[in-house]
Amino acid sequence: MSLIELRDLQAGYGGAPILNGVNIAIEASDIGVIVGPNGAGKSTTLKAIFGLLTVTEGTVTFGGQDITNFEADRLVPMGLSFVPQEHNVFTSMSVHENLEMGAFVRRDDISDTLDEIYEMFPDLKAKRRQPAGELSGGQRQMVAMGRALMSKPKLLMLDEPSAGLSPRYMMEIFEQVVRINASGVGILMVEQNARQALAFATKGFVLTNGQNRFTGTGQELLDDPDVAKSFLGG
Amino acid sequence: MNDLIFFFNQAIIGGVVLGSVYALGAVGVTLIFGILRFAHFAHGDMMTMGGFIALVLASLLAAAGIAFPLPMGFIVLPFAMVIAAGFALGIDRAFYAPLRVRGAKPVTLLIASIGVTMMIQGLIRLFFGVGTYSFFDSEPKKLIRIDVPIEGATRPIAFSEPQLLLVISTVVAVIALHYFLTRSRLGKGMRAMADNPDLAKVSGINTRLVVRVTWIIAGALACLAGTMLALDVALKPDLAFNIVLPIFAAAILGGLGHAYGAIAGGFVLGFAETLAVFNWSVVLRPFRDVLWFDIPNSLTLVQSEYKLTVAFLILVVVLLVRPTGIFKGAST
Repeated sequence: MSLIELRDLQAGYGGAPILNGVNIAIEASDIGVIVGPNGAGKSTTLKAIFGLLTVTEGTVTFGGQDITNFEADRLVPMGLSFVPQEHNVFTSMSVHENLEMGAFVRRDDISDTLDEIYEMFPDLKAKRRQPAGELSGGQRQMVAMGRALMSKPKLLMLDEPSAGLSPRYMMEIFEQVVRINASGVGILMVEQNARQALAFATKGFVLTNGQNRFTGTGQELLDDPDVAKSFLGG
Repeated sequence: MNDLIFFFNQAIIGGVVLGSVYALGAVGVTLIFGILRFAHFAHGDMMTMGGFIALVLASLLAAAGIAFPLPMGFIVLPFAMVIAAGFALGIDRAFYAPLRVRGAKPVTLLIASIGVTMMIQGLIRLFFGVGTYSFFDSEPKKLIRIDVPIEGATRPIAFSEPQLLLVISTVVAVIALHYFLTRSRLGKGMRAMADNPDLAKVSGINTRLVVRVTWIIAGALACLAGTMLALDVALKPDLAFNIVLPIFAAAILGGLGHAYGAIAGGFVLGFAETLAVFNWSVVLRPFRDVLWFDIPNSLTLVQSEYKLTVAFLILVVVLLVRPTGIFKGAST
């Protein structure tokens, strides 16, 4: 049984559906990377899982339980976490408060998790009293990821975590993604920097027009001449 | 010296008292705007309604023959605030929540709140008529006089007991609100939702609970402000409807959605109005020998009937010069 499984998912914003049958299955040990051209429905897939738009057909199951069209305040306690691509920090609140908000659904002691996050991102510890809006793009991304990890998720979903970041920060974020996965958290991420991301992906999904085009391990997709030609720039 | 005390009694105390009322009202307006993104026009009437709730409770207690050393209207405040918070929740559930569920735009909610304004005023007139009520029919309004131990000062510093209680309860309410917003889990969730509603949802924050808490706080503070204002002056059905403009001016001046800004804005508005209608000739009189002009008997910047223009002027200037307010709130 997969950690999360999307079966023939169709979803949209009310008009014509954007997803026309997406199939994705991820284990807790997996790093799944969704790549594809603009408008293929990559981000929409993550939003559909997280109840931010309506699934019209198909199912999403998490640990065997049907969670289709569940809202976020039910998903987070179950162990799903989502880092949106943009506006993913509370700019007027301190770094520390941002992390606390990630643990809003928890009623137990969160200090151990806080320590883990600060250990993972030492930059943040020094800036924990600073409003998140004053941080650089890379540090904001760390706050956003830290916030999502505070709920102790089983599955972490990231929407283009490297967008707009310098190569240095991109590598740091990717390294942390691998490390988080090694600690037993399943990863499902959308990435524009497809080549770098597929290099460490255990599962890769190429979407076009809201449908799966290619599915395989990261290496298989990198080696596939069709994928390389159409989606990885030759 | 007497002139200075006169200035203190009239302008400083008056400004603090008026500022407290505006601050309590503006905090509610700004919190509702921060969470629900609409200008709650009916907020003034929620204040008036709170005053009438307190009046009913106070007269029930008085009828039962119970007496306290403090004004009855103040004693019943905690209970009145609880009831007013319940009314606020009910108003949201009945009128605003159905619109939100259907994805209504902020302007629709604003117009709905104008409807709520008329409804509350109508209900109050239905039950209490159009007359003026006083909390002090059965008990005297105490005045507090403090003699100033300075030579040449014969006038005492004077203010009424309700005025003192108003300022004390405003300070208590502001401190309590500060601790709630910065220390408690729900208070931080409220700030998070005001900051970024989508991310708050994604983080698993129970946004429906935050909305309810917002109405509870706004309703309770409106009741506090309305009752204290009624204790200071008198209670009538349009008591607080008349100060909706300065309250919104205060909230906008402080930056919409910004609680501390609203408090600061409330006091700025309170002082601006009080100083504008203050008769400056009294203060200037000691300098009449050095001044090059004759001091008229009445030298006010704005006649007191027109003091609403002060709020209007400040509102217009803020919107022109710095639409995000002094603390950079959400601009719309």
